[in-house]
Amino acid sequence: MTASVMAASRNPLAALWWVPRGVVFGLMAFFIFGPLFNMLLWTVAEKWYFPYSLPLEYGFGSWAKVFAPRGGAVESLTNSLVVALLTVVVSLALAIPAGYALARLKLPLRGLILLAFLIPQAFPNLTVYVNVARIFYEIGLNGTIPGVVLVHVSHGLVYAVWIATAAFSAIDVELEQAARNIGAGAMRTFLDVTLPLAAPGLMASAIFVFLESLDEFTGSYFVGAPDVNMLPLLLYTAGAGGNYQIASITALLLLVPSILFMLIVERFLKADVLSRVGH
Amino acid sequence: MERDGFLELRGIASRYGSNEVLSDIDLSIAKGEFVALLGSSGCGKTTLLRLLAGFISPSAGQVKVRHRDVTHLPPDKRGMALVFQSYALWPHMTVAQNIGYGLKLKGVSRAGIASRVAAMQSLLGLEGLELRKPAALSGGQRQRVALGRALAIDPEILLLDEPLSNLDARIRLTVRHELRALQKRLGITAIHVTHDREEAMVMADRIVILNGGKIAQAGTPEEVYNRPASAFVAAFMGAENVLSLNGAPEGGEFAIEAGPASAAGSVPLAGRPLTAGPVEARFRPEAARLFAESEVAVIGPGITFKGEVAAVSYPGGHWRHVVRLGQAEVMADAGHAFEPGTRVAVHVPAESLFLFNSPSAAPASTVSRAPTGRVYA
Repeated sequence: MTASVMAASRNPLAALWWVPRGVVFGLMAFFIFGPLFNMLLWTVAEKWYFPYSLPLEYGFGSWAKVFAPRGGAVESLTNSLVVALLTVVVSLALAIPAGYALARLKLPLRGLILLAFLIPQAFPNLTVYVNVARIFYEIGLNGTIPGVVLVHVSHGLVYAVWIATAAFSAIDVELEQAARNIGAGAMRTFLDVTLPLAAPGLMASAIFVFLESLDEFTGSYFVGAPDVNMLPLLLYTAGAGGNYQIASITALLLLVPSILFMLIVERFLKADVLSRVGH
Repeated sequence: MERDGFLELRGIASRYGSNEVLSDIDLSIAKGEFVALLGSSGCGKTTLLRLLAGFISPSAGQVKVRHRDVTHLPPDKRGMALVFQSYALWPHMTVAQNIGYGLKLKGVSRAGIASRVAAMQSLLGLEGLELRKPAALSGGQRQRVALGRALAIDPEILLLDEPLSNLDARIRLTVRHELRALQKRLGITAIHVTHDREEAMVMADRIVILNGGKIAQAGTPEEVYNRPASAFVAAFMGAENVLSLNGAPEGGEFAIEAGPASAAGSVPLAGRPLTAGPVEARFRPEAARLFAESEVAVIGPGITFKGEVAAVSYPGGHWRHVVRLGQAEVMADAGHAFEPGTRVAVHVPAESLFLFNSPSAAPASTVSRAPTGRVYA
């Protein structure tokens, strides 16, 4: 208090410092929470048109429509969850051995190998997935769940492998040696010591992969549609058709797992693992 | 005790790239023996221990237990339990799970594990801590859990990698004796790596001093302390005063010529392979006796130097003097203080004067002089 009073006596304008600060924070809050609030309103709006700044009628009519058998939401939600879970399983099955090898073995070109997992992200998605779709079409993978899972795995593997590598390097080798020394074989050591200690990091990488898969649009569109419809696709169709209620409800469905998982990640990912990502 | 062949190392060598970490290690350890591997950092002592545990393969040589070659067995098939310097306790397991893990691997029944873990806890004073995680233990307790985990599997050979170095100085002194008493009671063969001379002296039946990846000397604490085989060992064991003298063997004696600061004298050779020429003389500050120059020192065989007190301090128990002998300076202890500037005579008895032919002097200079007489490197 005294400091601000003194500052004010020196410079009368300093007393008004809260004005720009208030404006900046207000704008930030508006840009973050405004759209979210707008979306929430849309999910319960029955009637809402132009000159009115708030809905005219509230209700859960759109929810019934979305979850009706013909609404397609249940199918998309199931598809999205199945694909996301399978993507997590496949990614971890690849990332656990790869991450362990990258963390423990003295591999030549280790940095290059880690970088290679970034390649799917390095090129414009559209070009890549159009061609993937063409190839998948030839081998009969187009429009199938395994096809979409494969595309999502190629996309999510960078998170899975990088975080798994970091999680394994954060474990002191002596902890494994202690188990070997006391009579545990290599596999037993991995299962009893390494894996439980790496679990929080692996959990976090699983969550990242899950969220990536849930959100992914381009690949799902080119490889999945129209046989395998996913949640983002439903959102796109509804949004493009001007059906904001359905678009908002779909967006909310996508948002809930994201927020839940971000909270879990924040709990599980410790600084010692994070500091090793990409090293 | 089967003196030969319980644990045998034959011609062990280990290299890291082009760097030879260990070479020509020959050692035979009896069952129930407590051997200390002593040396400064980088001497290869930890490498040797890890090689025994099976984490490193030797580039040459053999490790045998009861005449069975174990050189290339994986770590889990060796029956040697290692206590790590970092303790390496598994943070996701409780104290009881840490101690019982080795038994679980052996397929011991749940009740069997519980009773063995309880026995270990009472042996090591860990009662009531079985459900704690390592993070909730003090340093001393962690050290005990690490020891308990190693002892629970009833190992034939216990390997200790500086397990006391992370403890408080006061706890360390009691743990030394506890550890030694435990080892004797259980009759386990123990190999203890340390850089602490006193720790090795107090705990071990036999001390193996390593220098530059080779065994510099192996013997009982009394042998390495009183009959160092080389200038390096003498310096490492605290004989930090060094002077150069000239002399030649005469019959059973080694006759030392008078020098600028010393009178002529002679000491028994006692089987030492000394040849005529310059020799390096080493002795401990506490072995020297200090007199005022005017006093007539008529004492047994040995050598007397004359010089001037440069400084005096009281480290406890006795007064420590820095005495200038011509160009050189030595440290000598006495029961009472001599003022700086006093002319004094320093007498070193024959049995405390270590003589080495000068060419071997080179490695000795790598040992730094520590005022307490202990060498930490």
